[in-house]
Amino acid sequence: MDLLGYGAFFLTTALIFSLVTLGLNLQWGLTGLFNVGLAGFVAIGAYTSALLTTPDDAARLGGFGLPILVGWFGAMLVGGIAAAITGIATLRLRSDYLAITTFGVAVVVQLVALNAQKLTGGPFGIGFIPRPFGSLAETPLLFNLSNLAVVSAVTLIAYLALEHLSRSPWGRVLKALREDERAAISLGKSARFYRVQAFAVGGAIMALAGALQAHFTGFIAPDNYLPILTFQVWVMLIVGGSGSNLGAVVGSILVWAIWAGSGALTSVLFAPEQQARAASLQIVAIGVMLCVILLVRPNGLFGDKPLRARFGKRAKAAAGEST
Amino acid sequence: MNLQFVVDGLLTGSMIGLGAIGVTLTYSILRFSNFAHGDFMAWGTYATLAVVGATGAMFGKIAPIAPLSFGWPLIVALIIGMAITGLLALLLDFVLFARLRAKGQAIIVVMASFGASMALRSLLEFIFTSRPTYFSRAIQIAMPVGFGIRITPDQIALLLLTAVLVLGVHLLMTRTQTGRSMQALSQNAALARIVGIDVASVVRVTWIIGGALACVAGVMIGILIQIRPFMGFDMLLPMFAAAILGGIGSVPGAVLGGLIIGLAEAGAVQLIGAEWRAAVSFIILMAVLFVRPVGLFGVRER
Repeated sequence: MDLLGYGAFFLTTALIFSLVTLGLNLQWGLTGLFNVGLAGFVAIGAYTSALLTTPDDAARLGGFGLPILVGWFGAMLVGGIAAAITGIATLRLRSDYLAITTFGVAVVVQLVALNAQKLTGGPFGIGFIPRPFGSLAETPLLFNLSNLAVVSAVTLIAYLALEHLSRSPWGRVLKALREDERAAISLGKSARFYRVQAFAVGGAIMALAGALQAHFTGFIAPDNYLPILTFQVWVMLIVGGSGSNLGAVVGSILVWAIWAGSGALTSVLFAPEQQARAASLQIVAIGVMLCVILLVRPNGLFGDKPLRARFGKRAKAAAGEST
Repeated sequence: MNLQFVVDGLLTGSMIGLGAIGVTLTYSILRFSNFAHGDFMAWGTYATLAVVGATGAMFGKIAPIAPLSFGWPLIVALIIGMAITGLLALLLDFVLFARLRAKGQAIIVVMASFGASMALRSLLEFIFTSRPTYFSRAIQIAMPVGFGIRITPDQIALLLLTAVLVLGVHLLMTRTQTGRSMQALSQNAALARIVGIDVASVVRVTWIIGGALACVAGVMIGILIQIRPFMGFDMLLPMFAAAILGGIGSVPGAVLGGLIIGLAEAGAVQLIGAEWRAAVSFIILMAVLFVRPVGLFGVRER
């Protein structure tokens, strides 16, 4: 019974991660936009939803006590707007500038979460976030299973919507822009406009994932949104294979299993005073894994075949023959 | 407003500027933003610390040079640390970046540098733990120099060191064949190859300069503030902002950008409070990207 409960808990966390990874896959896998500050967007979603739905609190702004669904939509709206602003500022420039700016967004969100006590509760975070099916909390198994059902449903909807989007004309324009920007522009597609849209939708999905997580645990603090989160999600996407929504989900579950498993292993193998050091070794291992996958199997498990390289070679060969 | 912020700002600015030189050179010559650059800083500092510890074990306690808080072991260790950091950068390039560069997708290299940054930093945490350490625990008395400004001998020495290093790099970039090759490669890589510039050796020099200067910046932080595995990662955003503000590829620009950001941070600490310091570089970065993305001394990209 305990095992089943833990399994449900584990899958819920993994599926929330896979929702973030799906958002990143839309930004990076489909559109080629590099977001190294995704922890910031997840945090924006979590804090927005928490502010909208918690009961009134004298120590900080709001606590508006709105329904949970309103919190989720609010999170998506604010996360999407934040991503759109970031995109508008940087997408006319080189791709590295977007990377640096998103990195900065994560730093600033972290600062606001820590220091703007009136808004975010500061280092102590926000508690008493309403949980869906909170009334079932006395029977943990039922509670975990119902949470799993909610998160699975949301992830499934996001997955189907993204699959539909990537096959739609809109998705084909994004892929065209990723593969050959000049050709796509020559067909009359505004590269910047499409990219800002993709970045905003991706940001909204990440924010939704943050909100789900907040309502699942009932408590959020700035420590949940450190750069390590960004890093984990990137590894999940690269392992699964960027460009594939299925890969994003499978990669998330797989990497989260490795992460949780190795975490459990270190807590068994190492003495308590050595555990902080063992945990840092865990990060080293995952970092090396990311680099090795990039070197050896850049398409991950289910990644898109690199169209550009193949056509590039063929095009070069053709050009070589004609001269 | 107390004028002390000028000294604090110039010192922070020197640390940012020295780091930003490496960032701007890597960006303009190797064409990617290196997220592991901050961790070169931390690795250089810990390497220097380890060498200081080794000399202490070999020669016993050595008295510091008159007004300064450190003696010759730190100076020797800094030079060795610079070499080690340069070699570390070369090694990382050989194992990782060069192979990915050969595949021709610049943004993959950025992602790899992000992964390498996490691994390098956590490795430091594993070896040295995340507890802060210091080169010296002695307290220096700051001398008043008028206008309500106080400065310690260490601070004067480090500002002079920064000036000498920046001048040196500037002369290297403008007066030597290597420097001109670096500029040529950053302006037009294809043409530089055609006129016979040895790209591999230019890339090596770029990594060594970037790594060595990152080490000096890290040791400055170590002497004036403290040594932590996260010390370099926290400098990453200011360094990127300084490099972009100064204009990618410009060494004087990177230093000037660093000084501007350092002064702005120190001013913000006085006016708003120290907890918002890290937001200053983000605001400056956004302003530059909206108003003048090529930066102060930048040239439009071809």
